[in-house]
Amino acid sequence: MKQKFNIITSTCVPLPLENVDTDQIIPARFLKATDKKGFGDNLFRDWRYNADGTLNKDFVLNDPTYGGQILVAGKNFGCGSSREHAAWAIAGYGFRVVVSSFFADIHKNNELNNFVLPVVVGEDFLKELFDSIFADPKTLVEVNLPEQTITNRATGRVAHFDINGYKKHCLMNGLDDVDFLVGNRDKVEAFEAKRK
Amino acid sequence: MNTLFDKIWDAHVVQAVNDGPTQLYIDRLYCHEVTSPQAFAALRERGLSCFRPERIYCMPDHNTPTHDQDKPIADPVSRAQVDTLAKNAKDFGLTHFGMMDKRNGIIHVVGPEQGLTLPGMTIVCGDSHTSTHGAMGAVAFGIGTSEVEMVLASQCILQTRPKTMRITIDGTLGRGVTAKDLALYMMSRMTTSGATGYFVEYAGEAVRSLSMEGRLTLCNLSIEMGARGGMVAPDETTFAYIKGRNYAPKGKDWDDAVAYWRTLRSDDDAVFDKEVRFDAADIEPMITYGTNPGMGIGISSSIPTEEGMQEAEKVSFEKSLLYMGFQAGESLLGKPVDYVFLGACTNGRIEDFRAFASIVKGKKKAANIIAWLVPGSWMVDAQIREEGLDKILEEAGFEIRQPGCSACLAMNDDKIPAGKYAVSTSNRNFEGRQGPGSRTLLASPLTAAAAAITGVITDPRTLM
Repeated sequence: MKQKFNIITSTCVPLPLENVDTDQIIPARFLKATDKKGFGDNLFRDWRYNADGTLNKDFVLNDPTYGGQILVAGKNFGCGSSREHAAWAIAGYGFRVVVSSFFADIHKNNELNNFVLPVVVGEDFLKELFDSIFADPKTLVEVNLPEQTITNRATGRVAHFDINGYKKHCLMNGLDDVDFLVGNRDKVEAFEAKRK
Repeated sequence: MNTLFDKIWDAHVVQAVNDGPTQLYIDRLYCHEVTSPQAFAALRERGLSCFRPERIYCMPDHNTPTHDQDKPIADPVSRAQVDTLAKNAKDFGLTHFGMMDKRNGIIHVVGPEQGLTLPGMTIVCGDSHTSTHGAMGAVAFGIGTSEVEMVLASQCILQTRPKTMRITIDGTLGRGVTAKDLALYMMSRMTTSGATGYFVEYAGEAVRSLSMEGRLTLCNLSIEMGARGGMVAPDETTFAYIKGRNYAPKGKDWDDAVAYWRTLRSDDDAVFDKEVRFDAADIEPMITYGTNPGMGIGISSSIPTEEGMQEAEKVSFEKSLLYMGFQAGESLLGKPVDYVFLGACTNGRIEDFRAFASIVKGKKKAANIIAWLVPGSWMVDAQIREEGLDKILEEAGFEIRQPGCSACLAMNDDKIPAGKYAVSTSNRNFEGRQGPGSRTLLASPLTAAAAAITGVITDPRTLM
């Protein structure tokens, strides 16, 4: 899971729906595992498959026209349940970046903690990106973490995205928060002592 | 000039990470079986122990069946997850309320009723409805499994400080209008993302007048507006609720605690990043028509039309109505219902059962309705029986099941079949939430009871 992140240039999978909740990303009946494996197979399960288990050919993940490591979704992506299984499903399927104009708080953290980069762009940028992808599914997008930029290669439009310096350092170096916190247990003990 | 949130947050800052988040100390971690196994596994892989085991409480709730809990769970995968929690709690030295333990139930019902959730605390759990505990005057929020691992390993979490919002509800709630309706009303106004990035404090006369159970319902639903959490300043209602509970402070500790808790309120000159105001008089019993909790209407009004919607919004709106089998602009009153669900961390408390019983008393369940009444905990179950509500419900044709999350997310056998309509007191009406293809209409226990008696969507005020 700890994949170092630098620059990713890829085609995109467009999902122009708003308020995509984590129950859609991974339905509750697939949350019974006690490890992190195999969730990618059930990413968007009930949109990807019909009730009888056959493929829903109308869903974008089943459309061979589109592919790549970047998922582009409508605003308020990942709302609802805190289930990190949603981030495991996105990462497990092979996405490294999710682009949206707005993310739900808990899911955004879950993506970052699994080395999937949530990139927040403006509504205009997002709309233009959807237009570019639908006009040409081969449209490449460059996500540059060191520079904190995203580029729509079809139009040349570049946008800056925010990420705090600490998390950026973690992503670029394959470090996680537990490493940091365990290294700071002495500060926790000092805090507890002072509190008493 | 601090807000209630600021006071609690600031008292828990271990350090501010350079150009990064805050390292926040956590007083209480709750673990259930679904979002914790990978955290414990990761702890083992790193060769770490649990840093502060005495601050951590575990209980299964999501997978538990609502019948025959004295027997092993039939579904082997569910059973394995529940057993894994018990083993993890034992291996790491944590307190565990297993199935059939009289303290067991839905984690967000149990925490407050056991006196484990107290004012001024920081509380987290791998569950978005952790916002519930904010009703006691705590900073409580849902986290992911990686973050559960952080707390297991260090009793801390790294978080960016959220912005603050105060939502003030003036006036008095009308007849038949409950805390659930208040929350559904706010969501319908603020949308499902209107409070994302914020920690909300609820204030005003209508909130002050709510019972503890009502406040828990209100704060429970904060996440459905996207809020990081919701909270109510503790007051006499809070102290009276906590006093004498199992883990509540006793004797001199109690007096000291109450003295401190009285300081937990936003200062008169506190500045919030955002202020929102509603009038309780504008609220009637609410019901949802769509596939996110923000898609709610007053029960006597109609589903909106696309007038004034943005293009992107229309796509999601149409998809939602198609899924629900409803038309834009129509009324929901009189539409047939198949299932009624009373329960969940939203409405599985004693007051909810009292409300349901008040409507069905002396009447009979409609023949077309399958009703699942699931107490939030064994303690709620015991109180239902103590108050004789079980008799009233049974005479009206209802059966009380055993506690757990049940049909709120259908991880056990309590699944609403595809295409069927459920009036549900739970918190989410997402596609497939209560079972693949299920169609959920969120409402209060009163409105759920009205549907259970009439078999159709009914304004509960006509039965009061």
